[in-house]
Amino acid sequence: MSWTPDEMAARAALDIPNGAYVNLGIGMPERVADFVPEGRTFVYHSENGLLGMGPEPAETERDPDLINAGKKPVSLNPGASFFHHADSFAMIRGGHIDYCVLGAMQVAQNGDLANWSTGAEDAIPAVGGAMDLVAGVKTIYIVTRHTTKDGEPKLVETCTYPLTGLGVVKRIYTDLAVVAVLENGFKLVETAPGVAADEVRKKTAAPLA
Amino acid sequence: MIDKTLASVADAVADTEDGATVAVAGFGAAGSPVELLHALIEQGAKKLTVINNNAGNGKVGLASLIASGRVAKMICSFPRSAGSVVFPDLYRAGKIDLEVVPQGTLAERLRAAGAGIPAFYTPTSVGTPLADGKETRDFDGKTYVMEPWLRADIALIKADVADTHGNLIYNMTARNFAPIMCMAATTTIVQAREIVDPGSINPETVVTPGIFVDRVIHVPNPEHEDDLLRAARSYP
Repeated sequence: MSWTPDEMAARAALDIPNGAYVNLGIGMPERVADFVPEGRTFVYHSENGLLGMGPEPAETERDPDLINAGKKPVSLNPGASFFHHADSFAMIRGGHIDYCVLGAMQVAQNGDLANWSTGAEDAIPAVGGAMDLVAGVKTIYIVTRHTTKDGEPKLVETCTYPLTGLGVVKRIYTDLAVVAVLENGFKLVETAPGVAADEVRKKTAAPLA
Repeated sequence: MIDKTLASVADAVADTEDGATVAVAGFGAAGSPVELLHALIEQGAKKLTVINNNAGNGKVGLASLIASGRVAKMICSFPRSAGSVVFPDLYRAGKIDLEVVPQGTLAERLRAAGAGIPAFYTPTSVGTPLADGKETRDFDGKTYVMEPWLRADIALIKADVADTHGNLIYNMTARNFAPIMCMAATTTIVQAREIVDPGSINPETVVTPGIFVDRVIHVPNPEHEDDLLRAARSYP
């Protein structure tokens, strides 16, 4: 039994402490907000100038001027604030955001991350705020499937896709396991129920201690 | 007496020259100055370089300016978004240039321009293809890449409330790039839903001080790009 995307997000949420300022990437990482452990409060940051972001509101309460970095309608939690883009990225780059949860194409054993471009010739390059987030947020977590749709490992010795940042990833939450990135490489922290460590190692293209 | 108001969006963009660099506020549809963009299409300036986080949505506003063939180059962080159809086609056909800039670097380059700082060092993009060929320097044992300021000839801004001095308030996340684009441009042009007398806005709540604003136009019922996209409208 591997973890579902919801369970992966819930597992990542367990490793974020009460009171943390958190930025969630678009897609699977956004689900972390649905699984905040009992008794904890996170303050969510959105790159487009919002702290204290709340969940998607009912259709009738949406305002097209109140959106998140994924351009979806959101709401405001008590204590929210607005600010311009340079202040927003000062929060990111200046080390004021505690945790960022992102998706990944590849993570290398030294913590290098590739998650913005496949480098394909006809691809239109688009980076958004990913490089700023990994360069500035104190702790970077990755939520991703352990392998690609074609079964290729995403945890690798060296990234082959263009990099987003060097040595930035601290932990990876996959459908099979939780993997820490330590100074000497990947370390298996925990496996999903019924998943053997050997299976995780087989699907990891780098040594897994 | 100071009065920066002009009668129409057409008047406000009338002197835009070919080859100008235009900073266009907005993040997705929020804060997009639709009426000013459409006026710029009517005005006809060509070979523009446009700065925006994205590269237009649907076939209105910035996307229609791009579709009209007036934009030679886009400087943005994320040109590939849902509903972005015009830019990808022109880019693949080799008809428009693209400079991709990390979002925070884009913001800081605009802020630096407004603050009179010609370049700065940032940790963002170090070791990635976006730092290729750029000067790097170590500070306290860590490597940073140098990025230049990003100045604009004009900025097109959407505000919620302006006074006649150009003091501005925005609406929620429609603020996004607007305050730093106001600072970065030689001529800052603002469309405001409401224009009030000086003194009507509490000085404690002014977001953009009027010194960064040159022209203000009253657009009382602005089209929201989000509504235009939902209705699948196109301009002209």
